[in-house]
Amino acid sequence: MTPQKLSKIENVEFTINNILEPNLLESEAIYIIREVVGQFEKPVLLFSGGKDSITLVHLAHKAFYPAPIPFPLLHIDTGHNFPETIAFRDELVEKLGLKLIVAHVQDDIDAGISKEESGRYASRNLLQTATLLNAIEKHGFDACIGGARRDEEKARAKERVFSVRNEFGEWDEKNQRPEVFELLNGTIDHGQNVRAFPLSNWTELDVWNYIRSEHIEIPSIYFAHQREVFIRDSMIWSVSPHVYKDEDEVTQKSWVRFRTVGDMSCTAAVFSHATEIDAVIEEITDSKISERGARIDDKRSEGAMEKRKQQGYF
Amino acid sequence: MKNVLKIATAGSVDDGKSTLIGRLLYETKSLEEDKLKAIETSSRNKGYDYLDFSLATDGLIAEREQGITIDVAHIYFSTNLRSYIIADTPGHEEYTRNMITGASNSDVAIILVDARKGKLPQTERHFLINHLLLTNHIVVAVNKMDLVDYSEEVFLEIKKTIEELAIEYPDANRTIHFVPISALKGDNIIEPSLNTSWYNEKPVLNILESIEVNNSFNTVSLNIQNVIRPKTEQYHDFRGYAATVRGGDLAVGDSIEVVASGQKSKIKSIYLAGDSFKKAKEGSAVIVELENDINVTRGDFLIVGNDKYVKQKSIEAQLCWMDHTALSERSTYLLQQGTSRVRCKLKVSGEKLMKHHLNETDALAINDIGTVSIKTSKEIIGTSYATDKNLGRFIIIDEKTNNTAGVGFIL
Ligand SMILES: Nc1nc2c(ncn2[C@@H]2O[C@H](COP(=O)(O)OP(=O)(O)O)[C@@H](O)[C@H]2O)c(=O)[nH]1
Ligand SMILES: [Mg+2]
Repeated sequence: MTPQKLSKIENVEFTINNILEPNLLESEAIYIIREVVGQFEKPVLLFSGGKDSITLVHLAHKAFYPAPIPFPLLHIDTGHNFPETIAFRDELVEKLGLKLIVAHVQDDIDAGISKEESGRYASRNLLQTATLLNAIEKHGFDACIGGARRDEEKARAKERVFSVRNEFGEWDEKNQRPEVFELLNGTIDHGQNVRAFPLSNWTELDVWNYIRSEHIEIPSIYFAHQREVFIRDSMIWSVSPHVYKDEDEVTQKSWVRFRTVGDMSCTAAVFSHATEIDAVIEEITDSKISERGARIDDKRSEGAMEKRKQQGYF
Repeated sequence: MKNVLKIATAGSVDDGKSTLIGRLLYETKSLEEDKLKAIETSSRNKGYDYLDFSLATDGLIAEREQGITIDVAHIYFSTNLRSYIIADTPGHEEYTRNMITGASNSDVAIILVDARKGKLPQTERHFLINHLLLTNHIVVAVNKMDLVDYSEEVFLEIKKTIEELAIEYPDANRTIHFVPISALKGDNIIEPSLNTSWYNEKPVLNILESIEVNNSFNTVSLNIQNVIRPKTEQYHDFRGYAATVRGGDLAVGDSIEVVASGQKSKIKSIYLAGDSFKKAKEGSAVIVELENDINVTRGDFLIVGNDKYVKQKSIEAQLCWMDHTALSERSTYLLQQGTSRVRCKLKVSGEKLMKHHLNETDALAINDIGTVSIKTSKEIIGTSYATDKNLGRFIIIDEKTNNTAGVGFIL
């Protein structure tokens, strides 16, 4: 099946458009995705349903068109997703004719491999790691393309574009391979895998500007909407069966949107009236808080991200 | 999109690289409130009466524990005039490979020197590495001026020693700026400091804002990454080649020569995401079709137009060794030039340019820089790095460990 064309000019195949002016961030990301396909036997794209992984899918589509994207998507499903992101995921897969693999955290809990957290801050965020590593092993993936960006978090700022993981999925952050110029070395031993990050040098604003200029569709929860929420530790939590709430925590209906989307138990909302993309971009430009300021998973300790990454997290 | 400037810090450990970057972020209001708060809290917990800005970039737990930078951190910020990508690199000799990682992807080096200590062995090593990389813009920031009473004499003395280094490692295309600063106190970072009234040039940020990057290349080329064969009904006979246009612009009708096979053809069409273009500017990721069916595979270079190049099975190069296992003249290695890989043998041929302080042998060991003769199993492009930065650089991969063991510059 030939995938649908993403470009703005939908009806004219191969239009003569004169001169191509490159967007250098786009070119770099496409270059990295093509290197993954050139250097590895069984790559996969880690798809969370968030804006960064949607942008990755768009870039992968551009990188190989008119050939279909030559790797599947892997979604690690915590079972605690925003329903909007799941509906969006399935539509995208359908539209582009992609192959989607879903690995369920619930299955690992049922099998006794993972143990559910309990209490006020219970989240399945950490449990994703075991499910991810099992899926990598089961399918024999040797490269996982991820949407992480270096501007997100201080441990991520340290990571290579091709980041080698050992057979336990561990990141040896104190002993990374040198990575000089644009020359990527993805040679690994059997059982190891590489995490590849095409958006390494993009900022949050770069992603939003790209989504706007390329007319990329994203789930509705990124835009302002009314939602039942409650405030805890000065963060805005969604009311949901997946989020623990004390009885005395008061709920309210507010205009909010999500700036980053993990699952419901680890993503806090921000108050917002930005219902369309120009307003979102303006809001981010003026924001005094960083993107991951609304990630409950990062709040656990100063080195929370690094520790998760050492163990094989995204 | 704003014009992006890529910068790497350099200089010995504790000369103030991370503090300068943190200070730049702070002064340009690029540190969000939550990140600034984290720095305030950590500084207070450590008992400091000032803000420890190195915490903005030293992102690893071990780095914060030891108060040093181990690996390069990439930091992004922008002013009204342009965007910056800064690679904050480690100063320790032990982590030179990480410094090279940062420096090789930058257009500008900010070399810090501690005003009290002056030029140190690592200052020289990092100057030399930037010399090998042919970094065109160097900013020498003489830091910790607050600890030498903002003395003009001290500044001029250090300036002189660096100018002597520049004579030793000459490069006609290089510009060096000198600026006296205190990263900790904020002198000459974004505004001229009253403490250095004798200094009439620009503060750091203004120097960076005024730098114009002009990387000149001599050869337009496409280095093939993937062969695109959709094999769908609609595109049954489509055979395209995926690559990034480097070294100049590419147009339909341009003639090309395939390296290594030597076959010739012409560019029939240029695509991106299904749109067709007459011309693609330098830096575009594209898919091209050729006019006739010749054999092109991943790793091949398409040299565009009548650009001259040489094919060779033996080259001379300068090599920085980055692996804990020393170079062995009896081993074979992989040489990766762009996306092309060939087997090779390495032989140390000249004087070492820079030696690890502990290495007494002639072999090239970790952090050594020397001249080598390389024999390759197949012909490769022998264009020198000075002639064309894209083509004249390569990495050496140790097949036994898969490590990137060295980075080389063809002479
Ligand atoms: N007095 C003074 N101390 C400084 C200055 N810049 C950095 N330092 C201190 O020097 C030490 C090393 O700084 P750091 O930025 O970690 O150096 P790096 O190893 O080059 O990154 C820290 O204790 C800093 O607070 C300065 O301008 N003046
Ligand atoms: Mg440092």
